[in-house]
Amino acid sequence: MSAPMVRAEGVYKSFGRLEVLKGVSLEVQQGEVVCVLGPSGSGKSTFLRCINHLEKIDAGRLWVDGSLVGYREADGKIYELRDSEVCRKRAQIGMVFQRFNLFAHRTVLENVIEAPTRVKGVPRTEAVARATDLLGRVGLADKLDTYPAQLSGGQQQRVAIARALAMQPKLMLFDEPTSALDPELVGEVVDVMRRLAQDGMTMIVVTHEMGFARETADRVLMMDDGRVIEEGPPDRFFDAPREERTKQFLSKIL
Amino acid sequence: MRHPGRWVAAAIVVLLSAALIASIATNPRFEWSIVGDYFFSTRVLDGLVITLELTVVSMAIGIALGIVLAVMRLSPNPLVSVASWVYVWFFRATPVLVQILFWSNISALYPRLSLGIPFGPQLTDFSANDVITPFAAGVLALGLNEAAYMAEIVRAGILSVEEGQVEAAQSLGMTRLQTMRRIVLPQAMRVIIPPTGNETISMLKTTSLVSVIAVTELLYSVQLIYAVNFQTIPLLIVASIWYLIFTTVLSIGQYYVERRFSHRGSRDLPETPFQRIRRNLFSFRHATVEPSGGSGGSG
Repeated sequence: MSAPMVRAEGVYKSFGRLEVLKGVSLEVQQGEVVCVLGPSGSGKSTFLRCINHLEKIDAGRLWVDGSLVGYREADGKIYELRDSEVCRKRAQIGMVFQRFNLFAHRTVLENVIEAPTRVKGVPRTEAVARATDLLGRVGLADKLDTYPAQLSGGQQQRVAIARALAMQPKLMLFDEPTSALDPELVGEVVDVMRRLAQDGMTMIVVTHEMGFARETADRVLMMDDGRVIEEGPPDRFFDAPREERTKQFLSKIL
Repeated sequence: MRHPGRWVAAAIVVLLSAALIASIATNPRFEWSIVGDYFFSTRVLDGLVITLELTVVSMAIGIALGIVLAVMRLSPNPLVSVASWVYVWFFRATPVLVQILFWSNISALYPRLSLGIPFGPQLTDFSANDVITPFAAGVLALGLNEAAYMAEIVRAGILSVEEGQVEAAQSLGMTRLQTMRRIVLPQAMRVIIPPTGNETISMLKTTSLVSVIAVTELLYSVQLIYAVNFQTIPLLIVASIWYLIFTTVLSIGQYYVERRFSHRGSRDLPETPFQRIRRNLFSFRHATVEPSGGSGGSG
């Protein structure tokens, strides 16, 4: 079996005196879809942001695809990576945000080709062709020249997913991708994510979308107070949670 | 009458304006014919050109250095950030007139300027008086002073861009410089441009301070003329009208640039005043009032 796509060992992270992650350990295999549940403030989003080094971890080890995140190990010592190396690693990990974060001054197409052309040096015509294809697949072929402000939340989030996929990432992180959407727009985004999962993408999804977690996830994790307190396949997790805290949480949101 | 107060106020304004215009037109000491004689004289026009050059070059220095200072100020490196803070503090805390005098007397402090390695060999060497001409001293003083103000304007613009934009760019693997240049600064423009327009207009007038170090810009040019013919007032009027004309031109330019930048990202631009007047005249004539065109959404 190949190395796990993500491996965390005792990851700690504090913001000032507030300890947000208190020893998170987990593994995510290649091609696996993992949903992370938990109350707000439990550290789900922070952990996700640590995986692509948007946040630096304070202690523990975190590997993506076999190499340390943000650091390099040599002769038993750990060295911080240079900015350019951090950027190169980040380019291999796609991230989708709760608030979409599309570049407001760029059209849909420009949003999607920005990173491939600027970061990877893909020729413009090739990037446009691939972007057009991706936007077609998320159902936005007719919105190429539209600005983000003119799109609905669901459309914006689908552009954001296409933008992340345009970098051909080996891992996709979703930070509450449907939490900022009107209820009737959640479905269109979830559909795109489901198809992505079926295509074999490795995905870590922080979500409150229980339907998605139950149907699409290979594994569900429960985080509380900076730790992973329970994990299991979705059927077992939802139908027979073991931890009291999980039961409480599920009873509140289901 | 429904609003008697308004009629009274309007009458007072009209009366006072009439009195002012009558006085300007009839008081012979305004010497309007002399104003006319000198308005397009070569010396005045040459001075005007130098004023415009000073404005453009000083603003260019101010904007370029201001952006660098703003980015430095927001750097995670504390030494870099503090250096920028000290610069802004120093230049804002001293009058620009003093700075102008200082630069024009720089040769008293450093008679020779040389380029080389500190404590090491020197590569080139100039006399300060040759390099720092009065024009150069003026540009340096105005530009370096302006940079301090522009730094604060640019910093406010950068801070106005949502943090999520930076995170999205970083998550795509863009470097800090790419993120700043491609994502943050273009969006900061809508906040940066209006005060930059003000600064440019202000700079056009501030260049007149450089007259104290004998740069023959607009003000010093007319001063040289009236020092000889004693027509002080008419010549000051000549200079004032030129300043008025160019600040007006800049204001109009500012309006159009602002309109362009604040509405990128939404489809329709708001009407210009001319378009509004045209539309009003048109709808007035036809007595049918169309609902005014789409309001520009948030961009």
